[in-house]
Amino acid sequence: MTLNTFKSALFSVLFLTVSFFGYASEDAHSENKEEFNPKEMILHHVKDAYGMHIIDINGHPISIPLPIILYTDSGLTTFMSSEFHHDYNGEVVVEKDGQRFVNVHEKIYRLNDGETTVKYDAEHHPINAERPWDFSITRNVFMMWVSVIVLLFIFLTTAKQYKKSGNYVPKGIASFMEPLIVFVRDEIAKPMIGEHKYKRFMPYLLTVFFFIWINNIFGLIPILNGANLSGNIAFTFSLAFCTFLITTFSGNKHYWKHIFWMPGVPVPMKIFLMPIEIVGMFVKPISLMIRLFANITAGHIIILALMSLIFIFETIAVAPVSIAFSLFIGIIEIVVTAIQAYIFTVLSALYFGMATEEAH
Amino acid sequence: MDLIKPDFGLVFWSLITFVILLFVLRKFAWKPILGAVEDREEGIKSALASAENARKEMENLKADNERILQEARSEREALLKEAREIKAKIIADAEEDAQAKASKMIEQAQAAIESEKKAAMAELKNHVAGLSLEIAEKVVREELSNKDKQLQLVESMLGEATLN
Repeated sequence: MTLNTFKSALFSVLFLTVSFFGYASEDAHSENKEEFNPKEMILHHVKDAYGMHIIDINGHPISIPLPIILYTDSGLTTFMSSEFHHDYNGEVVVEKDGQRFVNVHEKIYRLNDGETTVKYDAEHHPINAERPWDFSITRNVFMMWVSVIVLLFIFLTTAKQYKKSGNYVPKGIASFMEPLIVFVRDEIAKPMIGEHKYKRFMPYLLTVFFFIWINNIFGLIPILNGANLSGNIAFTFSLAFCTFLITTFSGNKHYWKHIFWMPGVPVPMKIFLMPIEIVGMFVKPISLMIRLFANITAGHIIILALMSLIFIFETIAVAPVSIAFSLFIGIIEIVVTAIQAYIFTVLSALYFGMATEEAH
Repeated sequence: MDLIKPDFGLVFWSLITFVILLFVLRKFAWKPILGAVEDREEGIKSALASAENARKEMENLKADNERILQEARSEREALLKEAREIKAKIIADAEEDAQAKASKMIEQAQAAIESEKKAAMAELKNHVAGLSLEIAEKVVREELSNKDKQLQLVESMLGEATLN
């Protein structure tokens, strides 16, 4: 485990470096030695993108094109992300079904009818274009599906192992997965929800735990170039929303009474507590959403910022320091992948437990 | 600001993917896996319980055995005691019997001896009487054949009588 950790951290650093060199040289050649902008580079890596950008070789980016799916007033439009030719500055205009699209900082805009180039206002927002409904298979969606395939492979194989062995003895991959599954059951679900009701929530907790964990890990694999799915607020929002829905719909009488008419306190206090409790209902899932998003994104930003130091100081002498610190943070990040998955699952379980708790 | 604004497309795909993943895993992974784990835990629990039961039963059996053994031992003891008593009684009875028989036999023997003796005595008496008569007859006959001797005898007898 330690060896693997070390290896993946080292690779993380190496690949990021390769990618940066490419990035830097591209900047240097095409944009007349424009100053290296770490903020733009970091945000570009942390945010979603339309193609799976793998590496730059001599200023030629290599990437896996992904489908872009847009819904506009005139219906569905699809094309591959490669048609933008890696441009995300709104320079390449793609014409499809009589509509013009540009990619401005990994956001697709549809140019208003008759316009041929995108114009910006003072804050660099396009003024003559609008965002269509965007259902594109971005690199985050793509990586999410890869993670789903990996998860399905792992757990369907695990399930098969039990069926095959007949006497329920875990073998092969099952002996790796069973302790984790039993951990979620015995250390998360049972203590948080209670011995009698935890079973109902087990599928959700297990799925959330492994889904977050594997995407946290994928986010650390550098060749995927920061497919930062679990550090994307849309993803964490979706999961937190599911937790919110389940909490709300499994809430019993006691739970609602607790929110609207707190038992055991005087009436003025009840009235005072009601709005607080109602806000609390929403704050809980929102905290889940922000915690996961912020932790994962922060980790990525730190590693990227440390690597950026090399290009800010424009000397290779900083590299050992940057690499050493990135390695350190990288190892911490590997621990954080599991911790954040655990925290999200524990808190979800805690909220379910509160919702289903009986009056005492 | 883009960073903290959820992108609609990704929310859409995340929700759909997550829900599908949840249902697929629930049906094909979590149910069989958790079922297997629970079954095994149940199995272990029941195996342990049955082992405990077996141990208790074993203990009971042992106690039973001990008890039965104890009972058997005390029964043997009792039997032996009884046998000994019976033996003693039989010996005593036999002795008594023998004593009684012996004394009876002795009595009978004595009685027999007595009667035999009596009979013998009677016979002897008769015999003696006969003999005496015969002797007397012979003596008388002898005596009577000699007159002088008779006179002499009478005289001696008379002389004795006067002396009396």
